[in-house]
Amino acid sequence: MAVTVPSPTPTVEAMSPWLEAWRVFRSNKAAMLGLVILSVIVLTMSFGPSLYGVAPFDIAGAPFTPPFTEPSVWLGTDYLGRDVLAGVLVGGRATVLVGLAAATVAVTIGVSIGALAGYFGGWVDTALSRVTELFQVLPALLFAMVLVTLFTPSLTVVIFAIGIVAWTGTARLARAEFMRLRHLEYANAARAIGAGPLRLMLREILPNALPPLIVSATLIVGSAILFEAGLSFLGLSDANVMSWGLMIGSNRRNILECWWAVTFPGAAIFLTVLAVSLIGDGLNDAFNPKLHLR
Amino acid sequence: MTEYSPLLSVKGLGVEFRTRRGVARVLDDVGFELHRGQTLGVVGESGCGKSVTALAVMQLISQPPGRITGGEVRFDGRDLLQFSESEMRRVRGNRISMIFQEPMTSLNPAYTVGDQIAEAVRLHEGLSKAASLARAVEMLDAVGIPAAAQRLHEYPHQFSGGMRQRVMIAMALACKPDVLIADEPTTALDVTVQAQIFDLIADMRERTGTAVMLITHDMGAIAEMADRVVVMYAGRIVEAGAVRDILSAPQHPYTRGLIACAPGRRTVAPGQPLEEIPGTVPSLLERDAGCLFANRCAKVMPRCRAELPPVTTQAGGHQVACWLNQETSA
Repeated sequence: MAVTVPSPTPTVEAMSPWLEAWRVFRSNKAAMLGLVILSVIVLTMSFGPSLYGVAPFDIAGAPFTPPFTEPSVWLGTDYLGRDVLAGVLVGGRATVLVGLAAATVAVTIGVSIGALAGYFGGWVDTALSRVTELFQVLPALLFAMVLVTLFTPSLTVVIFAIGIVAWTGTARLARAEFMRLRHLEYANAARAIGAGPLRLMLREILPNALPPLIVSATLIVGSAILFEAGLSFLGLSDANVMSWGLMIGSNRRNILECWWAVTFPGAAIFLTVLAVSLIGDGLNDAFNPKLHLR
Repeated sequence: MTEYSPLLSVKGLGVEFRTRRGVARVLDDVGFELHRGQTLGVVGESGCGKSVTALAVMQLISQPPGRITGGEVRFDGRDLLQFSESEMRRVRGNRISMIFQEPMTSLNPAYTVGDQIAEAVRLHEGLSKAASLARAVEMLDAVGIPAAAQRLHEYPHQFSGGMRQRVMIAMALACKPDVLIADEPTTALDVTVQAQIFDLIADMRERTGTAVMLITHDMGAIAEMADRVVVMYAGRIVEAGAVRDILSAPQHPYTRGLIACAPGRRTVAPGQPLEEIPGTVPSLLERDAGCLFANRCAKVMPRCRAELPPVTTQAGGHQVACWLNQETSA
């Protein structure tokens, strides 16, 4: 005879944990504001330059033209007569691209090292934790500068330099999550159905470790954008690719007579990082709804 | 293989755990047999080595700190202790499955229950996604989950404890294993649900012919489900035999105590306390020479504290390790 239990009351529609998190995120005004700002920035960067049609390195008018005076160069020109608006539109591409790519590199390194350390423990953990600490004590910007100057500055080199200095926090977080999750019952249950270590790490543990890792990845995007700006400001980036940092860097000597050439790219960086941080905060709240119950 | 050779035969199994305060002998000379289609009950108090025995059979003891010190676990004619990790992975979930005591946390919250059952099938049988999901529906249906095809796409948090344990059973039986190890499958569940889960396990055993190793401290469940019983105390087997013999004529004072403690077997007048076995399971770190139960035994004799009692076998394969028994039979 088959044993059946009486059918339960109809359940609420199946909702994945991700959908649930999105629902909380959506109700967070600050986070949604961040998402809107970031969307506008990404759209502007994507389509703005071709719509505007002025190349950022071209001479577009007289040097030091103040903003809002000449209709052809709305945000003014810098000390070489280059159009600031064109620079802001195009420069975001390199800055945001480097930010995202560097964060990807950092998160990949961090999660791999943290996962191995946390899952295997023992001497693997000891060795990888020491390596993590070694990278952690190096001053990040100086270390990134050294890495960039060792090679010809190009976007790829900048991306990897930032990735290599920014992964340690993620590694520690991933290590802690993997340590906690590997002993949970469902990890044991997966072992009992014959799952090997790789499967356990990637399929069973990683999805449950993702929420805090995603939050940390978002915050890394923000700091990677600042890093990129910092390196460009110091002239340690690809001088042939316009970026917000490069604009600020090349105009910093004329900051008093030509404030607009540094203010607009600076404001762009500020807005982008702010938007990313708001999103990161919102994700953090969305993944930890209990924080709201205090 | 001959009809008489057991499916699973454990002999002289020893397990130690290294702790900060020394080495604990968690299992000592554990041996039992499990035949096809049979249910073997393993009973004893918490901490007496029941779960470790199950984990040792599955080779799931984390080493270190654990270590299997000796013995053999013969399954279908081969010693599992000699298997490599990748050979063991093909056995786990495929030929020997296990369900755990905590259905609330044994399912991965990140996947739907259908995905998790299908995963077990795909892992061992290499079926396509669609075929493995079809098997998952079949299994959910078999374990009595109504509207299985819809509930397939639900997440563990949408299931109650009893339903989750049904899902665990479906997952464990999805590859039609030869042995199902159920480690206190009902401990975390409501009493009314407990009976349903036991019924389900019995029903699935009938239908699939899976041998069951049922770890529990519920003597009622043992009486209902088991063919043979092994009573464990402090990492050793103190008594083993057919369920009738153990329940009607328990020989070891510990077994008698366990049976006397079970509520409902003997009616207790209102206001009367339930019986109990005084004391607790001894520390496994410093064990004395004699019988491990000596300090809690009502019938302790000087000899019990000096020497470990040997196992004697009586008619019907009833085995007891007690000096008391030695005296009477001698």
